[in-house]
Amino acid sequence: MGEVLVVTSGKGGVGKTTAVANIGTALAALGKKVCLIDADIGLRNLDVVLGLENRIVYDLVDVVDGICEWRKALIRDKRFEGLHLLPAAQTKDKTAVNPAQMKALCGELAGDFDYVVVDCPAGIEQGFRNAIAGANRALIVSTPEVAAVRDADRVVGLLEAEGFQGPKLVINRLRPAMVRRGDMMDIDDMIEILAIELLGVVPEDEKIVVSTNRGEPASADLSCRAGQAYRNIARRLEGEMVPLMSLDIEAGFFNRLVKRLFRNGTNG
Amino acid sequence: MDLQKFFRKPSSKEVAKERLRLVLIQDRSAVSPQLMDRVRGRILEAVSEFLEVDEQGLEVNLNHRETRVALVANIPIRKVKRGAGL
Repeated sequence: MGEVLVVTSGKGGVGKTTAVANIGTALAALGKKVCLIDADIGLRNLDVVLGLENRIVYDLVDVVDGICEWRKALIRDKRFEGLHLLPAAQTKDKTAVNPAQMKALCGELAGDFDYVVVDCPAGIEQGFRNAIAGANRALIVSTPEVAAVRDADRVVGLLEAEGFQGPKLVINRLRPAMVRRGDMMDIDDMIEILAIELLGVVPEDEKIVVSTNRGEPASADLSCRAGQAYRNIARRLEGEMVPLMSLDIEAGFFNRLVKRLFRNGTNG
Repeated sequence: MDLQKFFRKPSSKEVAKERLRLVLIQDRSAVSPQLMDRVRGRILEAVSEFLEVDEQGLEVNLNHRETRVALVANIPIRKVKRGAGL
């Protein structure tokens, strides 16, 4: 059985979809069979971030409604061997799917893929309930800003209430120069406040905007620092011990934290 | 005493952390009215075993103070039940 990961944040605009696209691409590059699900029904975006928007025929709602089989609805990414997308419906809303249907679908997909990664919509209402229903692990994306951290904390609480064990943190858009000036929370501040384990740190990087413009995930660009961070995250998900890349801010000190990130308590 | 540290303006990151710390204490201890009702009911049940309580006057609240949250109960007692002291 593969793993079903949900990528969530509470707050919108912190980089969930970008994280899903890049972690998915990086996992595929490691030779894994990956299925990305866009659970943001009505506001689909993962397709454009991946550059697959012109290939959509069927979507998530068609699959749960039994209009077509999931194998037929999946878009196989021709650039990255092993990467597949199940797009969200654009003309429906969150109520078109329920948690039981998502759970059943994720369970089926996990039988066929090494990783099923669910891109969760912002918020904590039904879209969130749907997205987490079939997942057995959760990644929380947060930027080092008060609103994002507050919402992330709320989501951690909700996930724990749902029985999720140890959601892991991805810090996005860290700006080392601002951290050095004391104008941005650093990695330790975020871990201390949220009290969850760190999975990775993605620096702010203009190349993310460029790669999204082009519909080419940054993790495929070997010169991109954010892409490197996502490749590291994928390897850590695979259980490899990968030190945090140097962000020129006492990186050595944080390496200790990453050492605890080994895949413990992953089910099947 | 580090005077420089004492007089300098805190960095914006320190302000952010402190504000988050306080707001998260509030968020994390947010308790639904239904849950508070159940807590109130169970306290009443437990205390009533030994003391006769004025139910109308019973007050159960969460008090937030700095970093701590306290459950404060004000339970007016009518009388001690006979034999409860044994």
